Amino acid sequence: MRRASCVAVLLLAAALPAPATVFEPREFGDAHRHERYLDLIEELRCLVCQNQSIAESDADLAADLRERVFEMIEQGESDEDILAYMTARYGAFVRYQPPFNAHTALLWGAPAFFALFAFTVLFFAIRRRRAAAGERAPAGE
Amino acid sequence: MRVRHFTPLLLFAGLAALLAAGLGLDPRLVSSPLVGRPAPEFSLPRLGNPAERLERSDLLGRASLFNVWATWCAGCREEHPLLVDLSRRGIAVYGLNYKDQYRPALDWLQRFGDPYVASGYDPEGRTGLDFGVYGLPETFVIDARGKVVDKHIGPLDPDIVESRILPLLRRLEARE
Repeated sequence: MRRASCVAVLLLAAALPAPATVFEPREFGDAHRHERYLDLIEELRCLVCQNQSIAESDADLAADLRERVFEMIEQGESDEDILAYMTARYGAFVRYQPPFNAHTALLWGAPAFFALFAFTVLFFAIRRRRAAAGERAPAGE
Repeated sequence: MRVRHFTPLLLFAGLAALLAAGLGLDPRLVSSPLVGRPAPEFSLPRLGNPAERLERSDLLGRASLFNVWATWCAGCREEHPLLVDLSRRGIAVYGLNYKDQYRPALDWLQRFGDPYVASGYDPEGRTGLDFGVYGLPETFVIDARGKVVDKHIGPLDPDIVESRILPLLRRLEARE
């Protein structure tokens, strides 16, 4: 039993996605900027290979956008400015985390809504079944 | 049979309809945030005459098409005859030569025809980035005041040209 759970934990760890990055040597002013760069390039979507961030994608556009992010960081732009710059040109879709506004409220709220809906249905279904079981087994319990 | 017995089936049907609608959409067609806004400023050397610039101000004064193209782009080759035809019909077509090489680009125009009033040479794609270019060919419809009115991603085809581009250009020209 213990060996099985060890294997399970190892498999789970192996299944966790490791962030993939295209290898590109870059010189940064400091370690903090390097970190910001890594975070930003994982936050931005590659519009050519849409299921990859620009960190992962081999597409030319991704390389161009990484270069631009690097430049902007070195020029002293803030993370918000860089994200705004990209959004102004490519739209909200370029960010992996969609902004929360009137348009996207449904997107953000839907999972919670569905979960709530499912639990409610489940609750009433179980209650009904318990009531039915109660009727079928009179006196005895 | 009680209606509620059909509930799971109905829910499934609803979900299936929603997903089917989604599958019909093309994920490559990302809507451009530039539509409805002024075209970005730019200044590029002209292909064929690099001492001269092609700038945003050149696009003002009449409605025009701004077509992003490159010699390495197969779709651009496909739609090219349509652009040549449009320019012959008197429509102002400007080009953005994106991430390309100078000489090959000139040769390409010589070989297949040059529909462009002028093409801006953008080898690094900086101007392309400002225009939100991600998949060639792309064609912007820009009004006389420099506002981006529409963007088409992918090669133009006769249907798109007749049903969308030309009516739009006519409407814009009528407004002036």
